[in-house]
Amino acid sequence: MDFAFTDEQQMIRDTAEAFLKDTSTSEAVRTAMVSELGYDAELWQRLCGEMYWQAIHIPEAYGGLGLSYIELIAIVEQMGRYLLCAPYFSTVCLATNALLCAGSEEQKAEYLGAICEGKTATLAWSNTGGWTAASVSASARKDGDDYLLSGDYRYVIDGASAELLILAAKEAGSDAVQLFAVDAAAAGIERQALPTMDQTRRQAAIQLKDLRVPAGAKLACESGDAADALNKTLQLATVALAAEQAGGMQQLLSSAVEYTQERKQFNRPIASFQSIKHKAADMMMRNEVARSSIYYAACVADEALNGGELSAELPEAASIAKAWCSEAYFKNAGEAMQMHGGVGFTWEYDVHLYFKRAKASEHLLGNSDQHRENIAALLLDGE
Amino acid sequence: MKLQFSEKDEAFRKEIAGWLADNLTGEFAQLKFRGGPGDEHMFPEERKRWEQKLAEGGWTCVGWPTEYGGRGLSIEQQVIFYEEYARAGAPGRMGHIGDGLTGPTLIAFGSEAQKAKYLPGILAGTEFWCQGYSEPGAGSDLANVKTKARFDEAKGKWVITGQKVWTSLAHESEYCFVIARTDPDSKAHKGLGFFLVKMDQPGVTVRPIEQITGTSEFNEVFFDDAECDADDIVGEPGDGWKVAMGLLGFERGVSTLGQQMAFQNELNEVVKLARENGAANDPQIRQRIAQAHIGLKIMRYNSMRMLSGDKGDGSLQKEALIYKLYWASWHRDLGELAVDIMGPEATILPEAPYELNRLQSLFLFTRSDTIYGGTNQIQRNIIAERGLGMPKEPKW
Repeated sequence: MDFAFTDEQQMIRDTAEAFLKDTSTSEAVRTAMVSELGYDAELWQRLCGEMYWQAIHIPEAYGGLGLSYIELIAIVEQMGRYLLCAPYFSTVCLATNALLCAGSEEQKAEYLGAICEGKTATLAWSNTGGWTAASVSASARKDGDDYLLSGDYRYVIDGASAELLILAAKEAGSDAVQLFAVDAAAAGIERQALPTMDQTRRQAAIQLKDLRVPAGAKLACESGDAADALNKTLQLATVALAAEQAGGMQQLLSSAVEYTQERKQFNRPIASFQSIKHKAADMMMRNEVARSSIYYAACVADEALNGGELSAELPEAASIAKAWCSEAYFKNAGEAMQMHGGVGFTWEYDVHLYFKRAKASEHLLGNSDQHRENIAALLLDGE
Repeated sequence: MKLQFSEKDEAFRKEIAGWLADNLTGEFAQLKFRGGPGDEHMFPEERKRWEQKLAEGGWTCVGWPTEYGGRGLSIEQQVIFYEEYARAGAPGRMGHIGDGLTGPTLIAFGSEAQKAKYLPGILAGTEFWCQGYSEPGAGSDLANVKTKARFDEAKGKWVITGQKVWTSLAHESEYCFVIARTDPDSKAHKGLGFFLVKMDQPGVTVRPIEQITGTSEFNEVFFDDAECDADDIVGEPGDGWKVAMGLLGFERGVSTLGQQMAFQNELNEVVKLARENGAANDPQIRQRIAQAHIGLKIMRYNSMRMLSGDKGDGSLQKEALIYKLYWASWHRDLGELAVDIMGPEATILPEAPYELNRLQSLFLFTRSDTIYGGTNQIQRNIIAERGLGMPKEPKW
């Protein structure tokens, strides 16, 4: 048992922190978040070409780096800290995980290979913001050698810009969930970018009207029902989202402490008042505890991807991390805003970017109440 | 990062689990799950005999180096020891102050003579210790100690006068370590000494404090010209604060994981009751039970991080700083949840005049968690000042 980063993991984390501090500055975030694409395409090219982060946990056989989910989490935590605007979460944490969980060897070689080369992708599964395979509502109907897909998706992360879509649909007749890998430019896909309160992460609505896809686009999924694979994908993504949240908390704490040490009232830095110090102390406690929850979940997620003995713990570990981090991030964002006083309410200061991101992240992939109920069901229901 | 224990460590787990299963029987069977927080006053004699049983098996002082008679266990194996100890329901350790605090302090700061004199009794489970820190005027302001120690040249002994308070199990202890002022003109953390004082002597009086539970595990201890030998001071006069702070560091060691297993036993009882009485169907109770479960799981992850050490970014110290605030608040919330699950039945006692059941006792006793060992408010000051570098309070 060694619950600390290895030297190599620490180096990857430190490199990510340094790179993002330089490139995902406040100015860069503010430029990207109002751009048409929603991110800086040049920076995305650097992430893929120089850092190779899009390939971090893709096995070497498909052209990736073959590192563990722990390295991925270490990087994502820093992305959350610096509010990176990039299609990373959608491409790597959603679509790549879906392909890893459900794709055949040939499909993984093709699609993961393309992702390694910088192709963007996302996963669309629900119209209601549900966070399990039970929320899939689109339908897939067999038509000769093809499938015809119909239905609506909402809250699709980076759905308007992604180049490859992984679409979840229920198969007519059996109600089995299937995942289809489809070129986003295919005829029959209507995509509408939705204006978002949190401008640092884009969402879209997608409408399918008898979208014709070849049977080969259906992700293989040995069992014939991809519901488990989709659930696992969403749990893996949930762990990554919690890591982003923990990173955001870290930045809020740093900026709130820094601001209160500069700001003077009654001839003292307001950081010297216990009412402020105690808020900061609680923020740090929630933050450190959040980090513990994501590192544990990262270890479990890695085992789940590789069939390790802790695989079965993934639903619980993901729910623990998301339940804690969602509430803690939003709480810390609110406290940071309060500690900034009036300026915290201005567009100029960055606190509101984190505050909005915190609330948006809370509602993505299940909020704290939902994940607590998930835990409650594990503890209290059944035998 | 890796969560699994090695094969060797898992074999060790079997060894300790097997020993406990074989020995927590007969006269000791009644001690299962007893003697924890809020229950520390129960079965003292039997629990002392249990300490001696542990000693026979070599299971006291497992973290001490072998040269001092300990087992020299690695961090991982200590973690396993405390986990299995609590999992088996083995009783609250009468010897934990000696084992966890006095011993490590003497090993770090004591003379060879002090080690030879005091360590064997702790190892054998025959000599028990209590902690003389707080005073009526020195609670959160711990350095405001008024108890005095003066060296009596004629007797060749230290003579101690003053009062300590909140001393756990003082009435069951052979020795007390006492911080007292060696320089009468000194203030705050300067001019203190750290003394090893025998309890059974005319100058020491123990008076139990009746707590909100109706029971007494805390005491007042009065020193009226109590004596200890010239070499019963750890370090030099004036080193007392340094030694005392070193000792507080030992309090945040691996035994936190044993504490968490005891918490798990309590939570299991709460969950069981909720399933039995139907509270488990109430959506709000479900949320609170889940939150308690989440909080305890993360407490464990947090300790694992703390114990695995940091890689130079200072996170180890930071994690350690938050630990007390975190567990104390969690435990208090568990106490509230327990009685809320009991519902109106929580208001009825098993017996007059004031006998509490386990969960009622948990509810009341956990109010002390956020007060002793540094209140939540003091913890927040420490986190803000040492963890975040925020300014100290202006002096009055």
